[in-house]
Amino acid sequence: MSTRSVVPFGPHHPVLPEPIHLDLVLEDEKVVDVIPSIGFIHRGLEKLVEKRDFRDFVYVAERMCGICSFMHGMSYCEAVEHIMGVELPPRAKYLRTIWCELSRLHSHLLWLGLLADAFGFESLFMQCWRLREKILDMFEASTGGRLIFSVNKIGGQRRDMDNAMLHGFVEKLGGLEEDLKGITSTFLANSAVNSRLKGVGYMTKKMAQEYGVAGPFMRASGIARDTRKLGYDAYGDLNFEPITSTEGDCYARTQVRVRELFQSIDLIRQAVAKIPEGPVAVPIRGFPKGEYMVRVEQPRGEAIYYVKANGTKFLDRFRVRTPTFANVPAMIELMKGCRLSEIPMLILTIDPCVSCIER
Amino acid sequence: MAESDRQLLEVRPEALLEKVTELKTRGYRLVQICSTTLKDCYEMTYSFSIEYDLLNLRFTVKAGEKVPSISHIYPSAYFYENEIHDLFGVPIEFMTVDYKGRLYRTAVKAPYKLKQEEEGGGPK
Repeated sequence: MSTRSVVPFGPHHPVLPEPIHLDLVLEDEKVVDVIPSIGFIHRGLEKLVEKRDFRDFVYVAERMCGICSFMHGMSYCEAVEHIMGVELPPRAKYLRTIWCELSRLHSHLLWLGLLADAFGFESLFMQCWRLREKILDMFEASTGGRLIFSVNKIGGQRRDMDNAMLHGFVEKLGGLEEDLKGITSTFLANSAVNSRLKGVGYMTKKMAQEYGVAGPFMRASGIARDTRKLGYDAYGDLNFEPITSTEGDCYARTQVRVRELFQSIDLIRQAVAKIPEGPVAVPIRGFPKGEYMVRVEQPRGEAIYYVKANGTKFLDRFRVRTPTFANVPAMIELMKGCRLSEIPMLILTIDPCVSCIER
Repeated sequence: MAESDRQLLEVRPEALLEKVTELKTRGYRLVQICSTTLKDCYEMTYSFSIEYDLLNLRFTVKAGEKVPSISHIYPSAYFYENEIHDLFGVPIEFMTVDYKGRLYRTAVKAPYKLKQEEEGGGPK
């Protein structure tokens, strides 16, 4: 009869860029139970909304996480704008869409690098992060920041991108697309890489639905749902379909994210071709009163932003349900039955963002 | 929250399980559970989605009042419920996985709880 032992996983572990603690209950090499513990980086950012002017809180919202910072700030602004009845200028909507897709490219490339690092493919990791640098350079050129941009404000954008810059980005993305073809063939066709990903952490379509998972983690199990199809910002004017896979394992999740890189480049091309001229912000007056729930597709999946305002400069509630939070219960369930050596791959392929979970 | 793709339904806490079971049968997925601290109570909002449509169920509970868990209907709900318990101090009954206040390592216990509870004036 096998004996049970508990192996602590994290909060510091080579595959964890951020701290989360898991107690893995093992029977020999097999994981039979998982007990998570979070809160190492809980900052109470949601609570701060009660003490910060709603216009200044944009800066707090975008500091929730360093990867999705643009989308956090943008979605907060959109919730407040909706409550205040602010209609955004069309150019601002297109700018938001372009920065969103650049953020997705940056996030997916970062994640691919971390994945390569986790299975010990150092040169592939460096290639991914070298390509990511090109996106960060675009952020720096267009916003002045590489991770925290501070270009969102209630009522629009603080900065515009001129047409020369936008077309320059499209040209650079063409070059990036060629580079990506090289690294993606390694991720998807290399036998050593595939041996670490195929058949690991399989999730059925039914389980994905049952656990309410989000993003590439969900789409890799065959559910064709992408919140961008709601048509927020300029997405309603762009032509795209959710990228899915039916394999449901770690390989499928990698495959979905790799294909989303090319989709993001295509969406930026479409947006640059259609972006109208005009102002990028409108003035706002008064204070918000009411509530609204915004849904956006972050790189890791659907995120929900809830704002409740009372007609003063302080809000009653700002709540963010991030995709990683939605994905953790299913990840824990999938771990049960895995071998200990498979756990790092499984954790990584949900692309966990602990800062987002804890806020 | 009054758009064509979203609805808000007020429910009584005792009718929550019946309504949630009905939504599960109709194919809805659980999107999130949110608690908001109001002046003298907590506002609980349960969000469900089918395709791209959003449906919210809402009720309020006073400090110390127990809320039934929906984790035996939606298995992922326990994570939201433990969060609400740890951050707001709302007692949730019959969670399938109960971390007993140890999911979040916060320096202050239930940091988002009602002010009246902090001052010790809430129901015992």
